[in-house]
Amino acid sequence: MRYQAPGTIDEAVAVLAAANGGAQVLAGGTDLLVQLRAGMIGPEVIVDIKRIPELRAIAVENDGFRIGAAVAGAEMGEHAALKASWPGVVEAMELIGSTQIQGRATPGGNLCNASPAADCVPAMLAASAMCTIAGPTGRRDLSVGDVATGPGQTALGKGEFVVDFRLPERPPRSGDAYLRFIPRTEMDIAVVGAGVNVTLDNDGVCTAARVVLGAVAPRILLVPEAAAALVGARLDDDALGRLDAACRAACRPIDDKRGTIVYRTKVSGVLACRAAAIAFERARTS
Amino acid sequence: MTTNGNGSTQGNGLKWVGKRTIRPDGVDKVTGRAQFGADFTLPGMIVGQVLRSPHAHANIRSIKTDKAEALPGVKAVVTSADFPELPSTFEAAGEVMLNFRDMSCNVLARKKVLYHGHAVAAVAATSVAVADQALALIEVDYEILPHVIDVIEAMAPDAPLLHDDMFTIGVEPTPDKPSNIAKRVEYGLGDIEAGFKAADVVVEREFTTKAVHQGYIEPHAAVATASEDGQCHIWCSTQGQFVVRAYVSKLLGLEISQLRVTPSEIGGGFGGKTVVYLEPLALALSLKCHRPVKMVMSREEVFQASGPTSGAHVWVKVGATKDGRITAAEAVLKYQAGAVQGSPIMPGCMCAFAPYDLENVKVVGFDVVSNRPKVAAYRAPGAPISEFGVECVIDEVANKIGMDAIAFREKNAAREGTHAAYGPRFGPVGYTETLRVAKEHPHYHAPLGPNQGRGVASGFWFNIGGDSSAALHINEDGTATVISGCPDIGGSRASLVIMAAEILGIDVDRVRPIIADTSSIGYSFLTGGSRVTFATGMAVIQAAEDVVRQLRERAAMIWEIDVEAVVWENGEARPSGSNAGEFDPLSLGDIAAKAGKTGGPINGHASLNAQGAGPAFGTHICDVEVDKETGRVTVLRYTAVQDAGKAIHPSYVEGQIQGGAVQGIGWALNEEYIYDEKGRLENAGFLDYRIPVASDMPMIDAVIVEVPNPKHPFGVRGVGEVPLCPPMAAVANAVAAATGLRMADLPISPPKLLEAIDNGL
Amino acid sequence: MVKTHVTMTVNGEAAELLCDTRATLLDVLRDELDLTGSKEGCSSGDCGACSVMLDDRLVCSCLVLGAEAEGCAIETIEGMADDDRLHPLQQTFLEEAALQCGICTPGFLVAAKALLDRHPDPTETEVRYWLAGNLCRCTGYDKIVRAVMLTAADMRGEPR
Repeated sequence: MRYQAPGTIDEAVAVLAAANGGAQVLAGGTDLLVQLRAGMIGPEVIVDIKRIPELRAIAVENDGFRIGAAVAGAEMGEHAALKASWPGVVEAMELIGSTQIQGRATPGGNLCNASPAADCVPAMLAASAMCTIAGPTGRRDLSVGDVATGPGQTALGKGEFVVDFRLPERPPRSGDAYLRFIPRTEMDIAVVGAGVNVTLDNDGVCTAARVVLGAVAPRILLVPEAAAALVGARLDDDALGRLDAACRAACRPIDDKRGTIVYRTKVSGVLACRAAAIAFERARTS
Repeated sequence: MTTNGNGSTQGNGLKWVGKRTIRPDGVDKVTGRAQFGADFTLPGMIVGQVLRSPHAHANIRSIKTDKAEALPGVKAVVTSADFPELPSTFEAAGEVMLNFRDMSCNVLARKKVLYHGHAVAAVAATSVAVADQALALIEVDYEILPHVIDVIEAMAPDAPLLHDDMFTIGVEPTPDKPSNIAKRVEYGLGDIEAGFKAADVVVEREFTTKAVHQGYIEPHAAVATASEDGQCHIWCSTQGQFVVRAYVSKLLGLEISQLRVTPSEIGGGFGGKTVVYLEPLALALSLKCHRPVKMVMSREEVFQASGPTSGAHVWVKVGATKDGRITAAEAVLKYQAGAVQGSPIMPGCMCAFAPYDLENVKVVGFDVVSNRPKVAAYRAPGAPISEFGVECVIDEVANKIGMDAIAFREKNAAREGTHAAYGPRFGPVGYTETLRVAKEHPHYHAPLGPNQGRGVASGFWFNIGGDSSAALHINEDGTATVISGCPDIGGSRASLVIMAAEILGIDVDRVRPIIADTSSIGYSFLTGGSRVTFATGMAVIQAAEDVVRQLRERAAMIWEIDVEAVVWENGEARPSGSNAGEFDPLSLGDIAAKAGKTGGPINGHASLNAQGAGPAFGTHICDVEVDKETGRVTVLRYTAVQDAGKAIHPSYVEGQIQGGAVQGIGWALNEEYIYDEKGRLENAGFLDYRIPVASDMPMIDAVIVEVPNPKHPFGVRGVGEVPLCPPMAAVANAVAAATGLRMADLPISPPKLLEAIDNGL
Repeated sequence: MVKTHVTMTVNGEAAELLCDTRATLLDVLRDELDLTGSKEGCSSGDCGACSVMLDDRLVCSCLVLGAEAEGCAIETIEGMADDDRLHPLQQTFLEEAALQCGICTPGFLVAAKALLDRHPDPTETEVRYWLAGNLCRCTGYDKIVRAVMLTAADMRGEPR
């Protein structure tokens, strides 16, 4: 196994494209090293993208944000403007693991590991984030929700990797929130995750919404029916009831060592309602 | 400092006992200098790895190791063929009985693999990478057999059979068919039927608990070296170097004098490091290649193949009069032993009702094998399980008759003179003291909010004494070295130094402790059973008293007076009165400087089998809040009251109480072994085997009560194990108070609690 | 087996070595540099016993490849004391008995120092959440959290 740390995106693409025995992109390493050690992967080359400056930067662009794929969670949490505009995206990223994990884990890694229980992705998808992907044929854009195609599988071809995430301009009176359920208070993989992003009008009525569930399907789940439950309404008991029902109906979870179908289904609705309450409150005060 | 004849100290003039001194090994621990098992290296060292069974239950048709042996870099390969076949005999080892044939088979599988992770072969090679390649080249031909995991399923007549020579002991007549039930035991007093007839209120309930691991953060590690003349040395992380020596020499057919075992610092044990796993393998490999062999378990191996404690099925029935007197108590306990017999069913039975003064009690227990790793001791082995069931039912009975939970326990409490359910009569014990202190504690009266509940539970452990040796060497400048043979898991070194300094009358900083290897100190039983401060402490005290006697004799010689006329006080020899003569006091340093001229070096020794270990009790109060929409339980507040007899070093006594309480909370809420349909362990890591993290816990208010044990010079009772006995019931009782739901199946994980909240039980 | 040439600073001193591509920073610290204060508890980033500072970030060294440490500044437990003066956290841990077996202690000290260096006045909850990635099985965390809070007050020059 070789290790390379290219200094530019094009260099990285070249190394990835040339590897015949399989290449793995290394960002934070918090998933990769565990998998290497468990013998789940055996690449010919590890391509460390942390020496590529654009991938480590957070920039304000077109009134939105561009977040490099290899920015660490802790760095996202320390970016005051990002935190103020997208508290849900930041808190989702910050929920991943411990302080130590936060020092390394990246949104690019969280996305491309393609776990159905990824924490950052539901919030990013609720925020309508777009990814820039670099590859042998140049750059292309993909919605963050289209990168993972199944557990551990991505839409990336040979030589391709995610370079950054772009969050759009934020309309006024908007707020987002992410909650997850874990049995302890920290350190667990999400049993259920719920990301909600809303925009309200001056009367507090929701004009736009996105509701995304994590860990309840093979991929992160955008739930249009859940958003429809919120649009045109205030967050009253009726809306919450509709939201809860829509989430439960959309779930396709499994029974595993972290949760049961029954449990995940019920809690998806509970969390979506709680996350919606926080998102609405943030939108009101934004 | 003087001690009177029946062993208790005079007055309160203690200089060091009870003080929160800085532990002598502390600086090494906070700087990373201290050497734990995996930190030790030897020149020329190679590494060993273990091949483990991928199947829960299978016959081994053949093992072919020739390809592995031929791999460059491989220096040795061992299988069970390299270990002598041992007869199936039972030998007492402290609190448990051991079967060496079973132990040998657990270290390396013989004809069968009995659990996922069971060791099948081991290799030693020049690097981990080569060793792993070698493991992949070992060819094992398995015939997969049906497996059984659950204890009730394992007891069924048509269950897959693990051992065709297992005929249940303790059943009349002995069964003619083998089964998975190794043993049946029974304890009792009085007349159960009459007792229940006399009851106004009877509660009976079934409980289940899952296997849980001790969860020490340091994986097992050992370095073994064998020279060409058969002299062997093992360095390892262990709770008992003498036990490692005994077991390994037995397993490998060595004479005990051939083997020297040095304990490293130990990164947690809780009972799980009182047995051997890697040590015999590392030594067997080194005996073949004469290179030092280092073996360290991965975290996955620790969970797969080192003993958790039993999972169990517990049935409890208690009857009481309406004014709160228990008239009868009965329990049936079924404990998993793992792959070979030896669950802690006996202590489980003995402790179940021990806090209570009962005329009519009956406890029946079953030791049952199934395709899981062999269980190892875990802090009061067996007792937390049975006491969980009992303390829950006690709570329900109290509720039913409308009595306060603590008042009900007080009304039935074991006291001095009580005939314990398991046999002896108690001497002075502190159970009622813990109840009183708990009752009067502000926690018990603090208001509760919505969805919050408070639970109380008590616990008991007998504690043991056993063999300990100690030496106290006086150096030429009057400083001292105290040498003992029990690894220090939780700060016991600090207590030994305190006790030695107290008797000698010198400053604690002038006494340095050493935990010695098996060749450098007399036999000492392992660190466990809450025995070190008690038994090794007693040996240290006797060694110190031996030194004081010698110091008085030397002073008498120097002053040319009778030794009866010399007293030792505050670290000095003085004449006992003016008629003895006018002499200036002689300090320890003064006498030590003249040691050569007065008869030679001054050293004290003691070896004893400490008798009179004091049983100990604890009472815990737990407040929880339940999120009724998700089933998550948050522990808001926790108070643990425990009788320590005498807290030699209060901080480390508190530490034992707090650590045990948190282990129990983890056991109650989140910890369990999860198996798939093929009998493979699914959660062999700290990600999905969920022990409490710092943000899960509140502060644990540890309150020490002191009802001295008259059989120890300072009144010490063991403290390490009792704390794990009350928490599961304290949490379950709190959840019951918060929700009205009696959760009887541990862990009370969110999916289970939510199901009960939504749909009832 | 391909090896990578790595130069880095460890506790302020230059270190240069050839490391296996698969070797983690933890392996390198323990096996190549004989700095065994950082411990291997799980190899999967779940226990924090291997905690070190990497370019001023608290990380699990078992989740960093040795090769990734090229040009980085690493601080381990061995660098925490200043000659014979223990860091206030180390001293308070001793005084408050915030350790029992001691295996998790280096990880906790490195993590707690990282906390107090950035957040000199944490609440108890903040301390607990910051340290959630450090597992302890002996203490139940009580005395550890108290020791960190007391040290924070000391370092701010405030009464305890």
